[in-house]
Amino acid sequence: MKHVLAVLVEDKPGVLTRVAGLFSRRGFNIDNIAVGETVTPGISRMTITVEGTETLVEQVIKQLHKLVNVIKVSNLSEEPSVMRELMLLKVNAEVGSRSDIQQIVETFRGKVVDVSPDSMIIEVTGNEEKMEAIKLLLQHFGIKEIVRTGKISLLRGSRITREG
Amino acid sequence: MKKKMIKGSAMIISALQKEGVEIVFGYPGGAVLPLYDQLYDSTLRHLLVRHEQAAAHAADGYARVTGKPGVVFATSGPGATNLVTGIANAYMDSVPLVLITGQVPSGFIGTDAFQEADITGITLPVTKHNYLVKDARQLPGILSEAFYLASTGRRGPVLIDVPKDVFDQEAHFDYNVECEIPGYNPTYKGHAGQISRAVKAIRDAKRPVIFGGGGLIRSGASAALEELAERAKIPVILSLMGLGAYPGDRSLFLGMPGMHGSITANYALSEADLIIATGVRFDDRVTGKLESFASNARIIHIDIDPAEIGKNVKIDVPIVGDVKMVLESILKKLQFGDTAEWLKQIENWQKQNPMPGGLKSSGSAMKPQHVIREISRLCDENTIVATDVGQHQMWTAQHFMVRKPCSFLTSGGLGTMGYGFPASIGAKLAAPDQKVVCITGDGSFQMNIQELATAVNNHLDLTIAIINNGYLGMVRQWQDIFYDKRYAHTLMEGNPDFVKLAEAYGAKGMRACDAKEATAAIEQAMQEKGPVVIDFTVEPEENVYPMVAPNRPINDIIIGGDRS
Repeated sequence: MKHVLAVLVEDKPGVLTRVAGLFSRRGFNIDNIAVGETVTPGISRMTITVEGTETLVEQVIKQLHKLVNVIKVSNLSEEPSVMRELMLLKVNAEVGSRSDIQQIVETFRGKVVDVSPDSMIIEVTGNEEKMEAIKLLLQHFGIKEIVRTGKISLLRGSRITREG
Repeated sequence: MKKKMIKGSAMIISALQKEGVEIVFGYPGGAVLPLYDQLYDSTLRHLLVRHEQAAAHAADGYARVTGKPGVVFATSGPGATNLVTGIANAYMDSVPLVLITGQVPSGFIGTDAFQEADITGITLPVTKHNYLVKDARQLPGILSEAFYLASTGRRGPVLIDVPKDVFDQEAHFDYNVECEIPGYNPTYKGHAGQISRAVKAIRDAKRPVIFGGGGLIRSGASAALEELAERAKIPVILSLMGLGAYPGDRSLFLGMPGMHGSITANYALSEADLIIATGVRFDDRVTGKLESFASNARIIHIDIDPAEIGKNVKIDVPIVGDVKMVLESILKKLQFGDTAEWLKQIENWQKQNPMPGGLKSSGSAMKPQHVIREISRLCDENTIVATDVGQHQMWTAQHFMVRKPCSFLTSGGLGTMGYGFPASIGAKLAAPDQKVVCITGDGSFQMNIQELATAVNNHLDLTIAIINNGYLGMVRQWQDIFYDKRYAHTLMEGNPDFVKLAEAYGAKGMRACDAKEATAAIEQAMQEKGPVVIDFTVEPEENVYPMVAPNRPINDIIIGGDRS
């Protein structure tokens, strides 16, 4: 099963290396990772997706807690949460196929953000399933390049993941 | 009030004094020169080693004896990289160290400057935490955090890398020993509900056993352990790291478990219905095949590090906390059942399975186990013994009578050959009034033999016992058992004459080739001043038994040896 962890860290040099290094040396795999600021200055939030059993993820969380710069770790997969990712795709788009592509993009509430004589860049946000679905449909036209931000996630409702 | 500006190097010396540091182990060099220049004027004692690795091990030995962080200075580049084995060793065995390394000047970092190495990057996986200081104004905070981190929670090494210009940069110095780190908050007091569950489990157990490790020693839990064992009549098994936490001569003591553990300890763990695991981490050398480890037992696991609980073995009653505090809470409510029948069973195992390995030295060759028993017999109960790694280490664990905590120093986790001798130097400086003996092998000793100069120069009364079989004995043993007796490169051809070598350094050297000479040499060494090296020529092909092959159940034991 995939687990999405919200990791609040002190914004200090080398923190990302410490976290990434921990995963590699303990044999855990990072599926994807996204890092950015929080409302509190000096504290960053990493959203890390890990695939593994409950026992493995429990060990990952405990080991993350041992890093001095890690302030809090929450497993967001255990609770209702909103999860999003942004993907940009550069797709082959000859004049004849553009409207077909346009239709697919609209169905997925994506956006065409760049057009050139033979290609288009499409922006999609959503959860993993949506990403996979649109990828599958666009493959037919030929995907030249993909870039993804990694998942980010917030708890639903008024509760927040805070440092304390 | 206007505070005085002082140099970064002065801040470090001042902070060490405020932290109560008595001695620094180190080796100077270019990038760390400003710090050594500052040290020159201070009252801090400095022990000059002959290789940085030895500084880290000596500080480690000092820390294991005193419980206080051992402090190390080294220069950038090779000075720092030479520390790495010592740091990894301390990390694996949870020993508090604060290491301060010089670094190339800030402006040169990242340019492959002379003697530049990214030591914070290199030591990231083997330190509890580390710092690269960018500005002298950060120094007071970093120093106080480093001491706090090293010596609280699960202890460990902390490294501070200081660029040369930061040593010379001036800033205000306001040192506060108390510090707060948002991401670091060790749990000391055990969860009350779990403690009640542990009490019930102990009450209901018919075949309980205490399995203790290094955590008992680090937290000073010996008295609590003793009370638990003796009030509830529960036998005690100690891991290699735990030896000394409970007196080795008590009848409830069953020895060490695992690969070279006592047969009784392994049987007891396998047959127990309750294991009270305290300050242990269920290392593979202890558990053998995990699936069959303690399959009849419920397990209470008390440890300061939550990540150790459930890491290797499934736990029924997890208690995160300081081992001493948790044991004391359990003792307040202690209830227990009748263990007489269980103790009788254990006594039978003990009678049927004495520690093998012939003790009588028949014919020409002397048995190594005999030498260790003889050293043990001639040492008083306050003696500190440090070992290196290999066969002699296991024989010492099996045959040396360790009675007190902090008196058995060994490289348990990393298994570092070369640890023992420098560790014994650190131990002697920590406890000048106690006898210190280093039991080593001909292979291990040569990994840090240069420290004879340090020991001689500082007039340290040390007995260094080389169990000399002319082989890398433990590796040879594995070749003997698992590699069809193909002894690839384990014969130590070209060993020096250790007696002459000791003398060349200005130490006393002796050789003992039979039991009579051995006794006489040990007796004499105990009286001598300064370091004494005794080269014990022993049976070259003696193996360590009992033995459990790797990844086999621990009750599947190769007994071997002769039991005379």
